[in-house]
Amino acid sequence: MTTFLAPIGLILVMAFLIFLISRGSDTIKTIAVIDNAGIRDSSDTSINNLRIDYSYTDLPSAIAAYRDKKFSGVIELPPIVLDSKNYDINFHADEQLAIDESMSIKKLFRDRIKKHKINQLGIDASQLDLIDPKITIDPKTVDDKEKEMSSLTSKISSSIGAIVGYALFFIIFIYGNQVMHSVTEEKRNRIVEVLISSVKPFELMMGKVIGVGLVGLTQISIWAILLGIISLVGMNFIPSPDPDMLGATPDMLSKSKAFLPDDMVQVTKELLAINWFKIVPLYFFYFIIGYFTYAALFAAIGSAVGDNIQEAQVLVTIGSLPLIIASYIAISAVKAPNSSLAVWSSMLPFTAPVVMPVRLPIDPPSWQILVSILVSIIASILLIYIAARIYRMGILMYGKKASFGEILKWMVSKG
Amino acid sequence: MSVLSLKNVVKRYHNHIAVNDVSFDVHENRIFGLLGPNGAGKTSLIRMITTITQIDDGEIYIAGEKLNPSHTAWIGYMPEERGLYKKMKVGEQLLFLAQIKGLTKEEAYRRIKVWFEKFEITSWWGKRVEELSKGMQQKIQFISTVVHQPKILILDEPFSGLDPINANLIKDEIYRLSQEGTSIIFSTHRMEQVEEVCQDIVLMNGGKIILNGEVNAIKESYKNHEYHVTYRGDLPALNNTGLNLGVHRPGEIHIKSDADTPANQILQTLINQGVAITGFSEIRPSLNEIFISKVEEQTHA
Repeated sequence: MTTFLAPIGLILVMAFLIFLISRGSDTIKTIAVIDNAGIRDSSDTSINNLRIDYSYTDLPSAIAAYRDKKFSGVIELPPIVLDSKNYDINFHADEQLAIDESMSIKKLFRDRIKKHKINQLGIDASQLDLIDPKITIDPKTVDDKEKEMSSLTSKISSSIGAIVGYALFFIIFIYGNQVMHSVTEEKRNRIVEVLISSVKPFELMMGKVIGVGLVGLTQISIWAILLGIISLVGMNFIPSPDPDMLGATPDMLSKSKAFLPDDMVQVTKELLAINWFKIVPLYFFYFIIGYFTYAALFAAIGSAVGDNIQEAQVLVTIGSLPLIIASYIAISAVKAPNSSLAVWSSMLPFTAPVVMPVRLPIDPPSWQILVSILVSIIASILLIYIAARIYRMGILMYGKKASFGEILKWMVSKG
Repeated sequence: MSVLSLKNVVKRYHNHIAVNDVSFDVHENRIFGLLGPNGAGKTSLIRMITTITQIDDGEIYIAGEKLNPSHTAWIGYMPEERGLYKKMKVGEQLLFLAQIKGLTKEEAYRRIKVWFEKFEITSWWGKRVEELSKGMQQKIQFISTVVHQPKILILDEPFSGLDPINANLIKDEIYRLSQEGTSIIFSTHRMEQVEEVCQDIVLMNGGKIILNGEVNAIKESYKNHEYHVTYRGDLPALNNTGLNLGVHRPGEIHIKSDADTPANQILQTLINQGVAITGFSEIRPSLNEIFISKVEEQTHA
């Protein structure tokens, strides 16, 4: 049930918040503008939710009209001084403007003043545009490779890798914990002895790990599909964010209009050119290896503690430390996928499953990938072996928690 | 033919020897008692038989074959520390436990239904275990132990926590199963339960076997030649009769004797003295008493 409710709930909350923010103030306000600057345009009758009324030309009558509740405020536009950068507008009202409203007004008049000044100063508008360079950094590989990616593509693909890495961290945490809970529950309600008189402890442990893992995969898949559907549907309803709210200047705005179509095509092309056939199977590999390693570890922890479940939680948190550290490294690897931190932690056990997925889209050297895979497999097998030995002895101990020395002995005893 | 055979079995833990050179045989269709105080090594022994732990030394044979994991399908085990998944439904849980013993789902379903009808609990199928009382849970646990018709049934303290009615129910089932061909190993420290139920016993203490044999034969061999006499009225003086008098309470008295004096002789002496006898029987020691004397023998040896 929660599988379906959780993402739906999340989407609803987010949609609600976006709705609230974007509506801003929904009442239509009218502002009287006394244009002593001579910059008004007949096309300005409103901007967003503000209607503009230029009919008043002196302050007292405008204020009187304001008092009559016709307006929400009165703006006085002073004359423009050509060699001064500052321009102070007086806004007469009892209630101050909301942020989005003041930004809209600023934008409107900035446009007009700029136009006016350009005119008055005799500047060529197109020259002005050229003053601001549009800088892009193009990555060029040093090796003689055919493939080159724009910086944006690499950022996007690294982000995809980061999402995968983070998702893995999440799954391991949640479902690893489930495995541990299952182990302590079987100990607590004493059914474990009956179970291991019928099946081998290793079978029991791995059955649990695999079973919970499949549940996890199912849940994640359902969530992914649901979120995908809801996002697609929701895209149509969410109003596009007002660029002014993001603090963009009109210049940036006009440039970004040109940016979007062409560069999107370019990025899409490059994204498709990335060797996903190589990368996606690796993503699955790291998912599986990472989950199995940690789940087995959590099963061993669950079997070694007594009836005290809090103790188990603490140990599990400690056991997840490499994972948590890895998730932070993964984030830094998005920005610097070839730093020595990223490179080493993508090859070391316990951190590899989370960090390597982030690096994969930027095509790290094959030898690094191979080392990473090999190390992960060996570490995983080793850890599962040790965990199985601990599990086998731990599930038969009741009451007290085993001391560390005892646990070490379990690893070598015959059973 | 012995259905279970242990030869010089040893189990060591890091600071003590739990099972120390234990050998015995369990014969087919018998009810066998594994007795001893807590800590004697019974559970360690049982865990080796049920393949839960490894044997350190010695061998275990099931029906002539060396013990291996496939034998778990032949064994039904109800541990002393027992329980079930609390939140799982009764029917589903029994199906699961039957299936890990090797039954197919259909076969398991059929047999569980039969047991439910026999115990008159068909309505419990969909209930969660935590909804049942302790006695009910014990019944379910019992069914899970026997549903796969094991050749060997091992019950570790099966009556603990049961009220007399449910205990009787289980006891009847044990007898019935025994008659139908199951060999039963009954482990307990409650000697009085054993005397009622078991035919052969093995007595363990400190990891070793200190007594081994048929219950009746053992009790016979531990006879003290003591007699229990009940009488009416007052007891005439018996001082000069040559009888060795033991415990004396109103209406009853113990007479100690020896192997050479037949019972009839003692009876005759009492009658001659004018004792109004209402009852006369030989005292056979309880297993409890035998056990205690045996252990004391060991400690002083």
